[in-house]
Amino acid sequence: MHFLNSLAVVKDFKYAESHEWVKVDGKTATVGITDHAQDHLGDVVYVELPEVGAAVNQGSGFGAVESVKATSDIYSPVSGDVVEVNEELNNTPGLVNSSPYEKGWIMKVEIKDDSELKNLKSSDEYAKFCEEEDAKH
Amino acid sequence: MAVSPVVSKSSYDCCFDQIYSVKKMRGGGLWQLGQSITRRLAQADKKAVGRRYFASEAEQKKTVLYDFHVANGGKMVPFAGWSMPIQYKDSIMESTVNCRQNGSLFDVSHMCGLSLKGKDCVPFLEKLVIADVAALAPGTGTLTVFTNEKGGAIDDSVITKVTDDHIYIVVNAGCRDKDLAHIEAHMKSFKAKGGDVSWNIHDERSLLALQGPLAAPVLQHLTKEDLSKVYFGEFRITDINGARCFITRTGYTGEDGFEISVPSENAVDLAKAILEKSEGKVRLTGLGARDSLRLEAGLCLYGNDMEQHTTPVEAGLNWAIGKRRKAEGGFLGAEVILKQLAEGPKVRLVGFTSTGPPPRSHSEIQDEKGTTIGEITSGGFSPCLKKNIAMGYVKSGSHKTGTKAKILVRGKAYDGVVTKKPFVPTKYYKPS
Repeated sequence: MHFLNSLAVVKDFKYAESHEWVKVDGKTATVGITDHAQDHLGDVVYVELPEVGAAVNQGSGFGAVESVKATSDIYSPVSGDVVEVNEELNNTPGLVNSSPYEKGWIMKVEIKDDSELKNLKSSDEYAKFCEEEDAKH
Repeated sequence: MAVSPVVSKSSYDCCFDQIYSVKKMRGGGLWQLGQSITRRLAQADKKAVGRRYFASEAEQKKTVLYDFHVANGGKMVPFAGWSMPIQYKDSIMESTVNCRQNGSLFDVSHMCGLSLKGKDCVPFLEKLVIADVAALAPGTGTLTVFTNEKGGAIDDSVITKVTDDHIYIVVNAGCRDKDLAHIEAHMKSFKAKGGDVSWNIHDERSLLALQGPLAAPVLQHLTKEDLSKVYFGEFRITDINGARCFITRTGYTGEDGFEISVPSENAVDLAKAILEKSEGKVRLTGLGARDSLRLEAGLCLYGNDMEQHTTPVEAGLNWAIGKRRKAEGGFLGAEVILKQLAEGPKVRLVGFTSTGPPPRSHSEIQDEKGTTIGEITSGGFSPCLKKNIAMGYVKSGSHKTGTKAKILVRGKAYDGVVTKKPFVPTKYYKPS
């Protein structure tokens, strides 16, 4: 993990500018929100999961994360079909805060088009992107 | 991920307005605040991003505690024209729970304190508010509502009768300009008819709210005033930590506590002394937890749960209309309000608990058949109860405790039930 202002990114994951991460394993992409995102949201109290079997598109909304203070739409970093969702989040949404890159994963998608991955950022690019965004404010 | 203020996407205009109109003392459109903290995460809605940018970059006023907040890890956000802490290092969840277990210290200096003076200040104020001001004993106060000609709420406010010729008032930050203009216009015509009233706006003072079970024991360390004899709603002018303060045993959390008006040059010292005397148990608490606390206590947020078009009767504040006022009227909009009292209002503010995602302001409320019966005005996840709580207006008839309803969040209907407010029992210090 690479730490930036004590917020982590994972080296081999890919990142969307809308602050979702994706871990690619063959044709399967695991998706969640980044440490930066969970830190800004605060205590997550509800995660609206997609349905297994639903089609998702890169850049399109597929669910929502609710914290005590805000509602956030989440966007799929890849296109494909949802093959699994993290049911644990129904009972323990706080996993998104405590373990954003592992236990707090949100969905797994069967990737339709590998070439879309090049639209995403590497960990270094994403860390830099966050740093620049924070510097603006 | 695109973080929305917790109003629906179609309501951004409304949200934008609320950034400037939310009230001051009692917290604020937290959901709008939330977005400004997290706005950097959002890219989806260009219009919204633009608006947020504008709102956050505008010149914000600072309280005298601004540097103190920043030094203590406060995350500052624009609120009703002020830069205020939405939270500190503790999460909103932790802060909310700690307020009820130990205590919280809030900077609410953005709220506007003013004094009305003169031998006719009571009859003057009675024209503008629903309270029986004449019946208040000196040194006591009450929550009241400033009404307009249609019986709608211009603001809600805590008023205190210091003496028969001195009333102390605290109004919301977001309503300051319109409230002062309203009071001033009426004061001019009142004086023109020979009435004796004048005002003094306390911009030289700051306002701290100390809330929770440790509020009284901690404050007692800093004053000779016997606080065990100061009950809920009562007011004293007394020395605290060596400065002449106005204290009111009131608050916006449902807990016992005080609002302390302190000369601004003494405000930082007082804040430090309170935190020290509590040995770290009273924590600095921001507007985020303040909103959760007031919602748990079933208290209205002006701009969300009460607006220009809602009457005190619809908002469930019948108790705040003095008995004599109910008989005589004599305040702006009294005809409308007295008629509603006699016939019953068409809509009523009620509490809800619900399953699924937390309802937010503007979530639609339906009956079990799917017919629209109203709209949520405030909602969220209760840190103390660990479940969703909300308030909203429903048609009379659907307002009874236990009535089942559906609440729509992002197009999906979730089960809700009308639930008695407050959601968390209040702990006001009253004579036994």
